[in-house]
Amino acid sequence: MTTVMNIPYEEQYIEQFSKSKNEPAWMISLRKEGLELAGSLPLPQPEKTKLDRWNFIEGNHTAEAEVIDDIKELPEALKAFIDLDNVPENLIILRNQMPAYQSLNDELKKQGVIFTDIFTALKEHEDLVKKYYMTEAVKVNEHKLTALHAALMNGGVFVYVPENVQIEEPLQAIFWQEDESAAMYNHVIVVADKNSSVKYVENYVSHNKDVKATANIVSEVFAHDDANVSYGAVDHFAEGMVTYVTRRGIVYNNAVLNWAIGQMNDGNTVAENITVLEGNGAVSFPRTVTVGKAKQLQNFTTKTHHYGHNTDGQIIQRGVLLGETNAVFNAIGKIEDGSIGTNAEQESRVLMLSKDARGDANPILLIDENDVTAGHAASVGRIDESQVYYLQSRGLTRKQAERLIIHGFLAPVVEELPIEAIRKQMTELIEGKIS
Amino acid sequence: MAEYTLEIKDLHVSVEGKEILKGIDLTVKSGEFHAVMGPNGTGKSTLAQAIMGHPKYEITKGSVTLNGEDVLEMEVDERARAGLFLAMQYPSEVTGVTTSEFLRTAINARREEGDEISLMTFIKEMDKALDQLEMDKNMAQRYLNEGFSGGEKKRNEILQLMLLKPGIAILDEIDSGLDIDALRIVADAVNKVREETNLGAIIITHYQRLLNYIKPDFVHVIMQGRIVKSGGPELAERLEKEGYEWIKEELGIEDVTVGQN
Repeated sequence: MTTVMNIPYEEQYIEQFSKSKNEPAWMISLRKEGLELAGSLPLPQPEKTKLDRWNFIEGNHTAEAEVIDDIKELPEALKAFIDLDNVPENLIILRNQMPAYQSLNDELKKQGVIFTDIFTALKEHEDLVKKYYMTEAVKVNEHKLTALHAALMNGGVFVYVPENVQIEEPLQAIFWQEDESAAMYNHVIVVADKNSSVKYVENYVSHNKDVKATANIVSEVFAHDDANVSYGAVDHFAEGMVTYVTRRGIVYNNAVLNWAIGQMNDGNTVAENITVLEGNGAVSFPRTVTVGKAKQLQNFTTKTHHYGHNTDGQIIQRGVLLGETNAVFNAIGKIEDGSIGTNAEQESRVLMLSKDARGDANPILLIDENDVTAGHAASVGRIDESQVYYLQSRGLTRKQAERLIIHGFLAPVVEELPIEAIRKQMTELIEGKIS
Repeated sequence: MAEYTLEIKDLHVSVEGKEILKGIDLTVKSGEFHAVMGPNGTGKSTLAQAIMGHPKYEITKGSVTLNGEDVLEMEVDERARAGLFLAMQYPSEVTGVTTSEFLRTAINARREEGDEISLMTFIKEMDKALDQLEMDKNMAQRYLNEGFSGGEKKRNEILQLMLLKPGIAILDEIDSGLDIDALRIVADAVNKVREETNLGAIIITHYQRLLNYIKPDFVHVIMQGRIVKSGGPELAERLEKEGYEWIKEELGIEDVTVGQN
């Protein structure tokens, strides 16, 4: 397979970069391994989208950034993601991948909660990071992009919630590409130890309309026995960003991992959200929405992979497509032999607002066990005219009616986002994209 | 209080090339309640949908005006904002949109920018209407008509009538699917709106039962796509006692529907 990608980094550079961050030896080895594999491994092959003409290696690997002294000094586009009247106590902002703002509630610190940037975590909690970093959920040798990610990781966040600790207030991370040519190889790890609970929300923001850059993002989430994790995300990359993002989770006995992901990028995007239901009674409700417009190409794969007994995975995907965009939605439920009593449901719905847009919803159920329940629903369609008529008959203009219907269509995901400010921002992003 | 006159003249309406209404004449003024009765399949709902502007219904002849303005030239939403309202027989379900959110948008669609209804006022009016209709307060927070029972949907239509305060309303079989208690509640609500806002209405029904609770000033019988008989409340009472047969005989009609002739 030919590819347009040419890797401009050499081992020496990787070593130097790692040294500049004072990384442990195992991390340097992992990076080197990644670089070597990146040269030989193929690109990932998401269903129904060919990636061989996509360039996932653009932009500068490092960029300078200033520390943020006052949240109120942030640009408007960023402030919108934060509740300014009530600035969150647990907030990290990476600016061009550099830690620019970090705060964590003292009480949580005392309880042993870790919420810090990935390089600090590598220094202060090396063993914990080592245990989870690209060992189980995402592996360096999967394909070219995971290998590149391992080689070039340039920022991220590490979350650890100790056993029996319940965190009420959400933890929020904002990843801000301020320098338009800065590439983001961002890595997030969320570990919820036994019987703990946490709500984590992240926002990716960039403004690079004409300047090309890469976002190669990996999230690894671990919900240990009886833990409850809710993971929210609103991605908003500008047109110039070529994005590969994989968010994965492993869910152990009787643990719950719920996802609410708003993919509001303006650039080409390959997004994966894979949840492994490892333990008995593991539960995951992955929800994802997107609004695609202009000539954007996007591929979304949401998968629940069932191993334990009596696991429950219920996928919801929603897409609204405008302009000449092309989007593929793959929903995969895979049930392994022995995963008895399991339930796998999926629902993918795509709303077409333009005759030139293309949408594809692929329900995929792969079942190797008899004692299970499974179901899927997929639809690609236009706005229901009888709904428009009904709303218009109450005085709403056609435009208002359509907007209301679209917001309603996306509501099942928007409503799951755990922070009010982010729900509002998500609603505004939807508004911005459809108007 | 604004005065409204809805004037329908020689209205002919086709659906998918088939003529359903064959010349309807009807004038409704503020404060007047007109019952339009008739067996199934005679064109009653077509009349309602044609006035509101459902895209499936094609007007082939005739006119509809509201206070002299040509209604047929208006978009559906313009008709609504001009003062028309249709309580539908089969209202749509809209997922993800709460009744409350929808109604606030609809109320504000009638008001100037900068003059939107305050949240407090809205909630107060909404709660009052919900009480009047003996609806659960949570109903307003549920998605519009989604998973509503037939009766809940009818009440929800009247809830909208109460909050939107139109000049002329068309109530299309709001009695179907309602038990006697629910019917009384819905009728009381309509009567209250009539009293408070001088509402004019076209009440479409094929049972006289509803008219025991909502008193019409005029009663019209529709058959074969035409109004074949008009009168006062006594006409409805006679229909209740004797059915439609005597009218058919009187007029020499065998098949009342618009279908086969």
